[in-house]
This record gives sequence, C-alpha cells and structure tokens, in this order.
Amino acid sequence: MVTDAAILEAVGEVTDPEVPVLTIADLGVLRGVRHEGDEVVVTITPTYSGCPAMDLIRHEVQLTLQAMHVDGRVETVLSPAWTTEWMSEAGKAKLTEYGIAPPTGRRAVGGPVSVSLTIRCPLCGSPDTTELSRFGSTSCKSLWRCNTCREPFDHFKAL
Amino acid sequence: MSDLFVYTLRLGDDALIAAQRTAEWIAAAPQLEEDVALGNIGLDQLGQARSLLQYAGSLEGADRSEDDLAYFRDERDFLNLQLCELPNGDFAFAMARLLYFATYQQLLYDELRAAADETLAGVAGKAVKEVAYHVDHATQWVLRLGDGTDESHRRMQAGLDALWPYTAEMFESDELVRRLAVAVDPSTLRDEWERRVYAVIDESTCSRSEASYQHTGGRSGRHTEHMGYLLAELQHVARSHPGATW
Repeated sequence: MVTDAAILEAVGEVTDPEVPVLTIADLGVLRGVRHEGDEVVVTITPTYSGCPAMDLIRHEVQLTLQAMHVDGRVETVLSPAWTTEWMSEAGKAKLTEYGIAPPTGRRAVGGPVSVSLTIRCPLCGSPDTTELSRFGSTSCKSLWRCNTCREPFDHFKAL
Repeated sequence: MSDLFVYTLRLGDDALIAAQRTAEWIAAAPQLEEDVALGNIGLDQLGQARSLLQYAGSLEGADRSEDDLAYFRDERDFLNLQLCELPNGDFAFAMARLLYFATYQQLLYDELRAAADETLAGVAGKAVKEVAYHVDHATQWVLRLGDGTDESHRRMQAGLDALWPYTAEMFESDELVRRLAVAVDPSTLRDEWERRVYAVIDESTCSRSEASYQHTGGRSGRHTEHMGYLLAELQHVARSHPGATW
C-alpha cells in the first residue's frame, strides 16, 4: 500500500514544462490526493485558465502514478483559484536562480492591477528596472529590463 | 435545454468568440510586445471558454464535449454578444473593444464568484483575476492613443464610437437571467461599467460616444453578417477532419 504522503511526494516532483526548475509542488499547482473507493484522485489547479502546460502536467502525473503501480486519475479543479501566494519560498528562490524575478505582493481580487514599486533584477540584483510589457513569454510572466546590467528578464506576475 | 445550460453557453460563447478575434492579432499587432500581450489575453479568454463550454456540455447531458460545442454548432446556435464577433478593424478599435468587453467581464465575473453554482463560481474566481490584466492593458492603450497624436486620437475616438452601439446588448436582461437564481442580471452592472469606462474615456481626452441605435440579437442567435465568416475559419479544420486529434 502506497501512502498518500508518498504519492504526494512523487507526483510533486513533476516539473512545469514552461519553467522546468519549478515542480508542481513548488508552484502550488498540486492540490492534494484523495480516495474514491479503490481509486486515487490527484487534484491539480491551473495557474491561468488557458495555461497550455496543464495537459502535459496531467499526463506526467498520470505516468508517475502508473510507475508507482497506483490505480488513479488526475482531476483539475478551479476553486479555490490559484494564487502566486501558494508558491513556496524554495520555489521563489529557484526562480530567481533561474533568472526569473519571483512574484511580490498580492492583488485584491476584483480590483485594479497593482503596480509594484520595483522588481529586482534576478541577474544582477539591481532595483533599477523597467517594465517593458505586462505580458511576457507565458501567461504567468511579464517582461522587464534591468537598467543597470541592461539584460531583459521575465517576472512572474502576482495573481 | 435547461436555463443553466443556456446561461453557461452565453458566457462561454462570449469568451470563445472574443478569443478568436483576439488571436487574429497575433503576428499582426503594431509591435512584438503587443503580439505577445494579445496572445496571452486571447489564451485567457480561450481558457475561460473551454471551462465554460465543458461545463455546458455536462449540463446538457447530450454527451457533447467542449470541442463539439465550439466546432459543430451553426451560427444560429451561438449565443455570444455581437460586440465580440465584429471584425478587428484597426488597433484602436481592438483596444476600444477590449476596454468595453473586459470591463464588463470583470464586473460580471466578480459577481458570479458568489454564485450558488460551484463550477460557475470557480471559473469566475479564476477569470476575474485574469481580466483585471485585460482591463489594465486596454486602459493603458486607450489613454496613450486618445491622448497621443492627432491621428491616434482620431482613430481612438472612431473605435470608441463605432463599438458604442454594440454595448447595450451586454446589459440586456431577460426572463432567463431573472428566473435563474445563479445568474447575474447584467442590467445591474451597467452603472458601474459606465462609471469605469467613462473615467478612462474622459482621461484619454476622447469624448463619450452617443448612439441613437443599439444593436441586439446575439443572445437569441441572431448575428451580424461577419459571424459566418468567423465560424468558417474557426471550424473548418475540425469539420473537414472530424474526430482528428493532434
């Protein structure tokens, strides 16, 4: 009998295909595991409604379950809605290391988009940066440039 | 057809058709960052459409998937707002539409988060955070173009004016939304929508549009002459190769 903790630990190692340094556990995309009769149900939640990585993540979780000889399926849940606050501190550190500025602050739901005072450059650490576009290479990121080292970088948006 | 099915279809069709028009901008936007931004916005809209149409399919009980609903219904079966289906026009027109539509979606989803229907509330709770970015994006462009050069101002004003006659349809109330407890009666959103949209228009130095005539019909499947062409593009691969997967 494989314990829930073991299942969570194993499937939690599945990485985000868009940001391969982050696992779905780091991201908070992995929500939990439960049992329905003999079947194990792993629940995951998308970062954005249209996140194209979800199909692959679902598939990888399924493969991980198979490798553990666990009879299970993957369920996608939307509520409660994912927020960048679920990202682990370890995940944020890995993001910075990878060259992506981690999310900061939080947004009031239903309210306007908040404007951060500054986003620190993940490459040289300078706070002197400029937002180039609020939309970046994927839904979850915006595009910035550092005015000190002149490198462009992605920032994981607060959601 | 249950009321909840029809209501969910309305929301899903709005998002799907908006996504289709937004996606047409990819590789045609005025700058690279804008291609990326509109690609992301379209993807959000498509994600909302997928969740809603999937739910609609399960409510109907006729074993239709989100793909069946998107690709194998005909024009008269689509219940989206005419605002969403109009051809793209120039970039100012696109930003005017995004301002009108995303502000409406933001108010609607915000109310719907509290709906007694768990799935609709879940989709809305997710989407409301995404459309805040859409509103913000449209706002920045309307301000920049409206308060820009003579030419950009002229085009922004033209875009706002051209779409204004399609805005009243968003707030139309009918028997169905009044009967259905989980639905948000869109007529209750109008005042706040006007307040927000007018604030942007005023700041952009454009003038508030007036229209003597307001178009309607989308909610009952009556569409503009552009809808057929849009669906032809949206549906032709799925219909030419039924059952194909990739």
